[in-house]
Amino acid sequence: MSALKVKVTAVEQVAEQIKHFTMVAEDGSPLPYFSGGSHVVVSMDIDGRTHRNAYSLMGPTNDNSAYQIAVRKQEKSRGGSVFMHEKVEPGTLLEISMPTNLFSIHRLAKKHILVAGGIGITPFLSQITDLNRIGHDYELHYAYRSAEHAAFREEIEKLCGDKAFFYPENETGRLNVTELLSKQPLGSHVYVCGPDPMVNGLELIASELGWPETSVHSEKFLAPASGAPFTVSLLQSNTEVVVPSDLSMLEAMEEAGIDAPYMCRGGACGRCEVEVVECDGELVHHDEYLSDAERVAAKKILPCVSRANCSRMVINL
Amino acid sequence: MNMAFNEETFRGDFTFRNSPESVRRFPYPFEEDEYMYSVNIEQHTSGEPGSVFEHPIDVDEHYVAECKERAIVLSEDHTRCVALPHMMDAQWDTLELVMTSLSESYPSEFQLTIDGDNWHWVNKPLGIEDHFVFGDVSTLPMEPFEYVMRQVQGDWVVMDQRDNDLYADLGMVTGQADWSVAFDAGMSFKEWHAPVPHAPEMGIFDRALKYLLHLQYGSPVRRTNWRMCVNPRLDTSSETYDVWGTDNVSATKENAGDKVFLRVELQALFRLPRSNAIAFSIRTYMVSLADLATYPRWAKRLNRVLRSLHPDLAEYKGLNSFKQPVLDWLEPLDDGAFLEKGVHPE
Repeated sequence: MSALKVKVTAVEQVAEQIKHFTMVAEDGSPLPYFSGGSHVVVSMDIDGRTHRNAYSLMGPTNDNSAYQIAVRKQEKSRGGSVFMHEKVEPGTLLEISMPTNLFSIHRLAKKHILVAGGIGITPFLSQITDLNRIGHDYELHYAYRSAEHAAFREEIEKLCGDKAFFYPENETGRLNVTELLSKQPLGSHVYVCGPDPMVNGLELIASELGWPETSVHSEKFLAPASGAPFTVSLLQSNTEVVVPSDLSMLEAMEEAGIDAPYMCRGGACGRCEVEVVECDGELVHHDEYLSDAERVAAKKILPCVSRANCSRMVINL
Repeated sequence: MNMAFNEETFRGDFTFRNSPESVRRFPYPFEEDEYMYSVNIEQHTSGEPGSVFEHPIDVDEHYVAECKERAIVLSEDHTRCVALPHMMDAQWDTLELVMTSLSESYPSEFQLTIDGDNWHWVNKPLGIEDHFVFGDVSTLPMEPFEYVMRQVQGDWVVMDQRDNDLYADLGMVTGQADWSVAFDAGMSFKEWHAPVPHAPEMGIFDRALKYLLHLQYGSPVRRTNWRMCVNPRLDTSSETYDVWGTDNVSATKENAGDKVFLRVELQALFRLPRSNAIAFSIRTYMVSLADLATYPRWAKRLNRVLRSLHPDLAEYKGLNSFKQPVLDWLEPLDDGAFLEKGVHPE
């Protein structure tokens, strides 16, 4: 997989628990352009182990001199966000993946409704620059706990003008999604990025209001779940890997030197899907990708976030 | 790479010809004695120097003549260039891909100078030099996609990704093998592949689509496809069947060597950065049976592939009206000797 070597040039605390990182190509060359909603996967060396997290690029999309990401320090961090907050400073060298877009705007939409919760604002900061450039109609709705948690509010006001609406929960209460979606014209698309309950709630409301599934877009990068250790036997590679409780199947395989495919590392894209040949227990799916029918069939698993309650699993990899 | 460009035609007197170098680098498609459809997608990485895989976008001795042929087709029928309004970012993306690729691969022939949004493009083989502002359509003589597509070999379709599918919403197709971009415009991936026999039930399109939806910027992929044709006519579109249809019954055992061509499409797929669309290039290489037979194993293998080809595929590929003369011509060249796997010429 092609990778980019970058150097961090600025780190800024922009809200409680949120840091903003600017990075340029290590050799000073321009970075690839990207489309709004793209992310990169950042590789981090944590105590000799490579840890990879996906972060949205914040734009603007017409500037290829630097990339910007924002990282929220997670309360239950598996190491990644703490590393970014405590170890990364101006001058730090990092390796990142090429930009990938799993959250792109739908170019035939009549209107775009962007709904952000907290750090979920980041993909919209690049999407907005695309929407402004191509002149599409949109509204941004940004919900956060309180003023101290409102990262990038000034930039947003500058970028969006009267198209941005803010919902500090301690002042205005929660964003009323039903009210918001009920009044949108036919042909609108809604995009949501934020905490699980917000994303799930919006999807449910949209569905109840009769929005077509293809008009509702969401992004959440899930962290791999922890669980009891088990052994994975790789059929094609003819090797066995023990998955410890604090690593994902994918991470454990990578530790063992297996070149397994991946893209989002968050259970969203399906790129890492593998065939389960045998399992002496139960698969525990944490992804957003497999259909209910596929889960019931128990023949596939996304090793980036999912695992199993078993002692041994055989996969076709 | 030899940058002497042939003066030749793909219609009328059909003066198209391949130099020995061009025959040698022909992307022969048959690895085994039998052929069946498969996903056959591989990374589009740089291949051997001199091969058609050396550069992301290949330019060869037919470049100038093919661009002229493209201009003729467009002047007769401008619907061969389709650009739906939501594809403007993808138009600029395609222009950037072609210009940066050609200027990096063939710096003596193509030069691109970028100063912010001010671009300067020099195309020596076609005698073009233009200054324009990237992103500003009014600074080019026509829309960016058409402008750059008139300067590249092969057909290009740019697919918008939405609703977990790919839609053919931008394209310039002037040398197509019996299909029509005007007809296929706006169709989804499975819709425009639906006529391919036996592929749907093999699940090929499900797998290929899933793969392509995950195609990453910076990691293009490629595959080859093939057909055969009578006369080296690039434009065999559905719309002009009345012009070329009768060619197909003009092949005989005697003239097949010079008149019948193996026609290979090198298809490459590139994720585009600003639009998140996928550019799909279909570069056609043609070689006469006589030229092909300068490498005996190629002729032997083609004989075996055609003899064992599933009748439905032979029909789909339009071979039925001239398959027999071709087999009669190839048969004496095949001694039945075992051929090892591989597409190499000797």
